[in-house]
Amino acid sequence: MPKLSPTMEEGQISRWLKKEGDKVSMGEPLAEIDTDKATMEMQALANGVLRKILINEGQSAPLGQTIAVIGEPDEDIASLVSEAPAQPKVQEQKETDVPPPVPDLAPPQPQAKAAAAASSAPAPRPVDNGRAPQAAATSDSGRMIVSPLAARMAAEAGIDLRSLQGSGPGGRIIKRDIEAAISQPKAAPSYPRAVEPGQIPQIGASPYRDEPASQIRQTIAKRLVTSIGPVPHFFLTTEIEMDRAAEMRKGINALDPDLKISINDIIIKVVAAALIQHPEVNASFQEKFVRYYEHADIGVAVAIEDGLITPVVRAADQKSLSQIATEVRELAERARSKKLKPEEYTGATFSVSNLGMFGIDEFTAVINPPEGAILAVGAMSAKPVVRDNEIVIRQMMRVTMSCDHRVIDGATGAKFLQTFRKILENPLYLVV
Amino acid sequence: MATITIREALNQALREELARDEKVFLMGEEVAEYDGAYKVSKGLFQEFGGKRVIDTPITELGFAGLGVGAAMVGLRPVIEFMTFNFSILATDQIINSAAKMLYMSGGQFNIPIVFRGPGGSAFQVSSQHSQALESWYAYFPGLKVVMPSTPADAKGLLKSSIRDDDPVIFIEQERMYGNKGEVPDDPDFTIPLGVADVKREGKDVTIVARSLMVPIALKAAEQLAQQGVSCEVIDPRTIRPLDINTIIESVKKTNRVVVAEESHPICSVGSEIATQIMERAFDYLDAPVKRVSGADVPMPYAKNLEDLAIPDVNRIVAAVKEVAYID
Amino acid sequence: MSKQTAAPPSAAQAEEQQSSTGVMDAPPDAIDRKQLKQERDEAKERQKDRLSALSRDELIELYRQMLLIRRFEEKSAEAYVAGKIGGFCHLYIGQEAVGVGAISAIRKDDYVLASYREHGHALAKGMTSRSIMAELFGKATGCSKGKGGSMHMFDKGLGFLGGHAIVGGQIPLATGTAFAAKYQGTDQVTLCFFGEAAVNQGAFHESLNMAQLWKLPCIYICENNQYGMGTSLARAMSLSDIAQKACAFDMAAEFVDGMDVLAVREATLRAVERARKDFLPTLLEIRTYRFMGHSMSDPGNYRTRAEIEKYQERDPIKLFSASLLEEKIVDQKTLDEIDKKVREEVEDALRFAEESPLPDPEELYTDVYANPIEPGRK
Repeated sequence: MPKLSPTMEEGQISRWLKKEGDKVSMGEPLAEIDTDKATMEMQALANGVLRKILINEGQSAPLGQTIAVIGEPDEDIASLVSEAPAQPKVQEQKETDVPPPVPDLAPPQPQAKAAAAASSAPAPRPVDNGRAPQAAATSDSGRMIVSPLAARMAAEAGIDLRSLQGSGPGGRIIKRDIEAAISQPKAAPSYPRAVEPGQIPQIGASPYRDEPASQIRQTIAKRLVTSIGPVPHFFLTTEIEMDRAAEMRKGINALDPDLKISINDIIIKVVAAALIQHPEVNASFQEKFVRYYEHADIGVAVAIEDGLITPVVRAADQKSLSQIATEVRELAERARSKKLKPEEYTGATFSVSNLGMFGIDEFTAVINPPEGAILAVGAMSAKPVVRDNEIVIRQMMRVTMSCDHRVIDGATGAKFLQTFRKILENPLYLVV
Repeated sequence: MATITIREALNQALREELARDEKVFLMGEEVAEYDGAYKVSKGLFQEFGGKRVIDTPITELGFAGLGVGAAMVGLRPVIEFMTFNFSILATDQIINSAAKMLYMSGGQFNIPIVFRGPGGSAFQVSSQHSQALESWYAYFPGLKVVMPSTPADAKGLLKSSIRDDDPVIFIEQERMYGNKGEVPDDPDFTIPLGVADVKREGKDVTIVARSLMVPIALKAAEQLAQQGVSCEVIDPRTIRPLDINTIIESVKKTNRVVVAEESHPICSVGSEIATQIMERAFDYLDAPVKRVSGADVPMPYAKNLEDLAIPDVNRIVAAVKEVAYID
Repeated sequence: MSKQTAAPPSAAQAEEQQSSTGVMDAPPDAIDRKQLKQERDEAKERQKDRLSALSRDELIELYRQMLLIRRFEEKSAEAYVAGKIGGFCHLYIGQEAVGVGAISAIRKDDYVLASYREHGHALAKGMTSRSIMAELFGKATGCSKGKGGSMHMFDKGLGFLGGHAIVGGQIPLATGTAFAAKYQGTDQVTLCFFGEAAVNQGAFHESLNMAQLWKLPCIYICENNQYGMGTSLARAMSLSDIAQKACAFDMAAEFVDGMDVLAVREATLRAVERARKDFLPTLLEIRTYRFMGHSMSDPGNYRTRAEIEKYQERDPIKLFSASLLEEKIVDQKTLDEIDKKVREEVEDALRFAEESPLPDPEELYTDVYANPIEPGRK
């Protein structure tokens, strides 16, 4: 892996521009590499044939690691290939295995040249042994600092150290951080909010796919965390005309006296619909990768006697309004009587918090990690608005979405919110 | 149990062992007619006479070697250095003769000898008379090194040292001779060498302290307890062989260690303890092992500088807080 | 009983002492062979006068011991050059009369301590050629189980308390064994051998002071071979009459011809009597010469050929054999038989050493402590 920027420590192969077996000549572009700064073209430093690709597209490698071998067509590259360090961990679940090198039977030729492997580059990082986490970024240097005891405790408890923020000097993860991480779900089952920032709940219902977080995504994440904390929030507010939604609610509830659909149920449904249209918002930042969920599992904040809890409406995108309404009511009741099972209040992909019933016009909510965003819903109230150059009275409602900037950028969030508003203002979109 | 000083406890141990075994004799500068420069041998000359309690010329190398020679042929000398500072003159005999004789004679000549006397920091006697030398002696296989911190330990360990068949360096702390404590009356009371003592149990931080640092560490532990930090204070008592297991067990419980010592930090017993903890309990450490050592300078004379050179309660408290991640 | 103070050196000895300091400058052809021969003959006559004190068997035994040491050391040198002996190897060739003569004057239960040039003393104290050669070879059958080597021969049963390799280090130890003998009420004496260079160590002065102060039965035998490694006595000592240093401690002393085994024996006997009867120490300065370098790795080019030849003329073994033959105490055939037996013994020792096993690797960790402590054992 060549050094392509002054601060680069590792690079991700964005695209191979040559296939195994292709002829390459010195100076010819070989691959595109994502560095922490930008996507750069890597040029071949030797003439020959691209014999073997060791780091596939989407995979990362530290500086100096052999990523491919260029040699004569019949040269024995077995030793070079076998000397190459173990494949870096790749989070992609459908990773295709690199076939084991096949020793060439041809007589040895002049030494094959390892592509772009600088001799002075640092040694490859050790393979994760289950204790020392690899290259997590909690300190300034990007190296994870963790006490030996904490490392061992985390390994034993199955806690991903990368999900923790160390409380020791220089961000060192120490015993008490692990103890806190271990004890939280048990000690305060009714306080999902107490989950440490960034901690990944073990239970989640929605299927998902993991895609390597690009270098630029990781750099953004690192920078923003440094700026305002582990989950860098930003907020998008919009005002929504709710007359049609209110009408729809009235209409539906008139159909059947048993149906008691709330505005909030509609909001949940609309959020789910918008999320399916904007999968980049139905996502979670996981340090080295970004997790995209297939379903919209919506957490619904419910105030209870001694706090709040967010039961999850699974796959809200696939449920009808009446199903959602029934489920929310039932979940909320059990939440108030503290009868929720852990899997019923963890693993949402997006949350909704509604304080409208308290007459709150507008507020910001704190993201429930590792979710990517939360929507804070204010009270619906009649307001004069301008429509077609006339002042009219409309039922208006302000919503503010808090976004995890590590995964959602401003425009992404704005587009989502735009869709959300569009549907809510014209609920017919739900059936279109 | 009687409450007596360390000085009296050592005196009792010497008296009892002189009375118990004809082969034991006490030799050193001013040990007999003067009753000992620090009065540890008070009354012994009167009681046992000049054959058993022997004043020497000021000739440390000479009488240390004489003692080793006598031990080669069956006696059990107790050689007193007026202070361990003067043992530096005798190190050839202690190290090249006493420590190695058994080995280089293929197991034929063991050296049952005790070299004892005050050591460590004294009160305003400057550089040549105030220093901790235990890490020197602990370095050499063949020697055993003992440092008591209480009257009971002083008595029990000195008796064991005299009865031991190997050369023992027995370092008494010059400032601690007057420290009082309970000592069992049993004349056969001994404390085995090589066994650490947990002076105070605790769960948050282990403080390993020896000699003068033990009472200081206990004071620090008391202060910290009031702040909600529970310290375990371990006194190895024998520096070589070092009862590292007791320390390791404690570290596995507390995950944090402070080693307090009077000696200079470089190549100290504390360095050794830290290394062994790292080697044997790395995965139990929640913080780096922290040493609180004497200043890395010759001991100054001026009172304020001397105080700065010797670890005190505050420095131990600060070190404990550092490893416990308490601001 | 009046104290035996240092006897003034004889005229011949005094002359020898003077010439020894100037010999470096004398070219080889300056050797006055006639004078050398005359000096040797005078020494021989003095020795002959002493023969009557011993039986024939005793005299033969002294001769045998000296020859054994000579042959043993020659064999050691061979084995060393062949790479079979490691480390340092300090040979006793030329000084045999000192160890043999002195040790012949004590009892079996008396103690002997020596420096690192101690193969000869160990043999004279009754240790076997086998146990010493095996030790030189670093074998398990060596007297110190292969852990001591050339400089650390020990035999507790025979009262041989070691080879000690820090110059002068054995002097306080010997003072201690003498102290212990007196303390325990035995009449054992201690012989402490050291080279003249050790006299400059503080340990020497500290020990002699205590020994005379406390009246300890220790006989300090300074084997003055005139060189501390490569530095001649004249270059290292302000007052080179070592026997006179006893005056500083009010101690008895004698100056002895170390090339005459009987002179050494007689002087030692006098010292032993003082020690055994009155617990009094003695300093013997025994003038001798090593024919070889300081150690096997010393070419010895700080000495002239002439000087070495001069002393070889006074070879203690040659001198003694001449005395014995001329006085018809033994015939050549007897001497030849002794030589044959001694050679056989040394050959046997060499074979034994070669065939003996190396120390068991487990021996690395034994004998460090007499009471090993497993830490934490309560």
